[in-house]
Amino acid sequence: MSELVIEGLRASVSGKEILRGIDLVVRSGEVHAVMGPNGSGKSTLSHVLLGRPGYVVTGGRVTLDGVDLLELPTWRRAQAGLFLGMQYPIEVPGVSLEDALGESLRARGRDASAVRDLVREEAARVGFDERFLARPLNVDLSGGERKRNETVQLGVLRPRFAVLDEIDSGLDVDALRAVARRVEAATTEIDLGVLAITHYTRLLGVLRADRTHVLSRGRIVVSGGPELAGELERTGYAGWAEEETATGDGARAGGGPAGGGSLAEPLP
Amino acid sequence: MSPSFATETAAALEGPAWLRAEREDAARRFAAAALPTAALEEWRYSRIDALDLDRFSPPTPGVAGGAGAAPAEVDALLTALGPTAAVIETRDGRLAALRVTDPAVTVEDLSAAGAARCELGAIAGEPDAFAALNRAFAPAPLRVRVSEGSSPAPIVVVHRLEGTRAALFPRILVEAASGSVASVLEVVAGGGSSLVVPVTELDVADAASLGYVHVQLLDEDAWQVGLQASRVGRDARLTSAAVAIGGDYARLRTDSALVAPGGESRLIAVYFAAGAQMHDFRTVQGHLAPRTRSDLLYKGAVANGARSVYSGLIRVEKGARGTNAFQANRNLVLHEGAHADSVPNLEIEENDVRCSHASAVGPIAEDQLFYLESRGVPTDVASRLIALGFLDEVIEHLPLPRLAALLRAALAAKLERAEALEAGGAAPGEGA
Repeated sequence: MSELVIEGLRASVSGKEILRGIDLVVRSGEVHAVMGPNGSGKSTLSHVLLGRPGYVVTGGRVTLDGVDLLELPTWRRAQAGLFLGMQYPIEVPGVSLEDALGESLRARGRDASAVRDLVREEAARVGFDERFLARPLNVDLSGGERKRNETVQLGVLRPRFAVLDEIDSGLDVDALRAVARRVEAATTEIDLGVLAITHYTRLLGVLRADRTHVLSRGRIVVSGGPELAGELERTGYAGWAEEETATGDGARAGGGPAGGGSLAEPLP
Repeated sequence: MSPSFATETAAALEGPAWLRAEREDAARRFAAAALPTAALEEWRYSRIDALDLDRFSPPTPGVAGGAGAAPAEVDALLTALGPTAAVIETRDGRLAALRVTDPAVTVEDLSAAGAARCELGAIAGEPDAFAALNRAFAPAPLRVRVSEGSSPAPIVVVHRLEGTRAALFPRILVEAASGSVASVLEVVAGGGSSLVVPVTELDVADAASLGYVHVQLLDEDAWQVGLQASRVGRDARLTSAAVAIGGDYARLRTDSALVAPGGESRLIAVYFAAGAQMHDFRTVQGHLAPRTRSDLLYKGAVANGARSVYSGLIRVEKGARGTNAFQANRNLVLHEGAHADSVPNLEIEENDVRCSHASAVGPIAEDQLFYLESRGVPTDVASRLIALGFLDEVIEHLPLPRLAALLRAALAAKLERAEALEAGGAAPGEGA
């Protein structure tokens, strides 16, 4: 059993504070959905966890089984067991999927010669066309193909925790089902813990969330069970954003956990 | 001017009367011309001012070159290429070995007694004093002809060079007759501490298709001031590629003239300078006829304290209506001490044309690095993958694709050495 612990995480971009104290604990096999309006800091959270340049951590801690991730360079965070499925996977001209994953496996001390078979196996599981495997990473791939590609990589790398940043955007219904099923399967096959950032509950139809969190203005303003996602779909985020504004000062001063049970109570 | 390059010395070189007379004329032109300086636009950023021509001398007439440098890479390239129609080897500019296995290919040593006159320099002209110097001192210009309508296997020309402070003048004229489909690999290797001034002329006749690859594997102390020129006829097609790996200062000027309607040229190059090396490229895409198309992509990397220059001109002459001309130069700067200059130019005398140019100089893209690192690829490995991937866009389009794997390996090995040098923190000082 592994544990990804985010405590009081604050971060800024270009001098503007975007994350204002995030607290979250994800355990092996659990799926946590993080939802929230545009600009609430969802993508920033995913980038900060992996250490993307330009995102400055101004406070808090992130540990994976006690290892302080924020002290590590990006690749060591990945080696420690964290995976980022990006919203906009980046094109890397001239670098093949197999070469990149092979080097990652080698650095993990795993057998890199198996990478070709592993990639083909995972591609088949999410319906990623084999023709695309020879292409440089994400070059000339549609948005949906890129997301399948991210899922293939997750399957091959077998991380302990996956941060999936809108893995469902740009996908048609079939692709969404394939990707969600693959991630769901990983939660049992390899006991993967998932932090799924999403706008839409449709992902959660297949990938069942154990916990749902609403992020607004850089803080989690409410957390609940899977039913919270359905509620949000009916009511939208407006109510939660107001709630956050009203209690904002207090939460910032306290720096402690925001949201939680009391805020979830207004929901039927 | 240097006594080494006296008119009498040129005149004393062996050959038929016409060649000897032409050498003598060229030597006089050279003696009357000034060496270029970095003050000239075409030589801006170059190391030309550091060249002391008096330190070099042509090989003694009548004395055959030595065994010739034979880097293992050259043999490996030939093996990778597979079947060939002709293999031509020169040592210090003189024909050393010749094997022609396809009657569609004819190879002539123009310095042989009785060699028929041909128009050397008709394509290249003499854009600078070095072209005249080659004309005067090339001991054995070679003429390679591909017969009309034929499509022979690749033709290989290997210049093995050695010598201490020698001035070496390989010269070759390739004529692809109308309707022929041919490919030529020219390798320049060795060089010691010499100055190599190669001239290559490519004549692509109407409806012919020629693929040409120039691979520069010079020793680390050698200098190159090279000229490669082509003339592309009606509905003809040239793909010309340059791969620059070696040399201390290695310059290659590539002039391509599209002289008849429907002609196309694709000019590509990949270069990687490390240590204190400098790679210097000048290109001219000349459009002299309607409905011609040229497409240029030069990509290079500089590491440690190395430098590179790309300076390119698209010239569309009056009457070349319907021209399409594209030019892109992209440079990857791997270390802080390295530097790349990129200077694109357009000169357009006609209205109905489509031209574009793009140039970029920068470090490895941060977002690409982050992407690979977020997969768990260590930073140094990710940088290496990205750098080699960047150069691969040219490698994968080489007209002789069988060379790709070896060239990739050569670039990878060089990158590894550059990284080791950078980690050691002891970049060698710049020398000439």
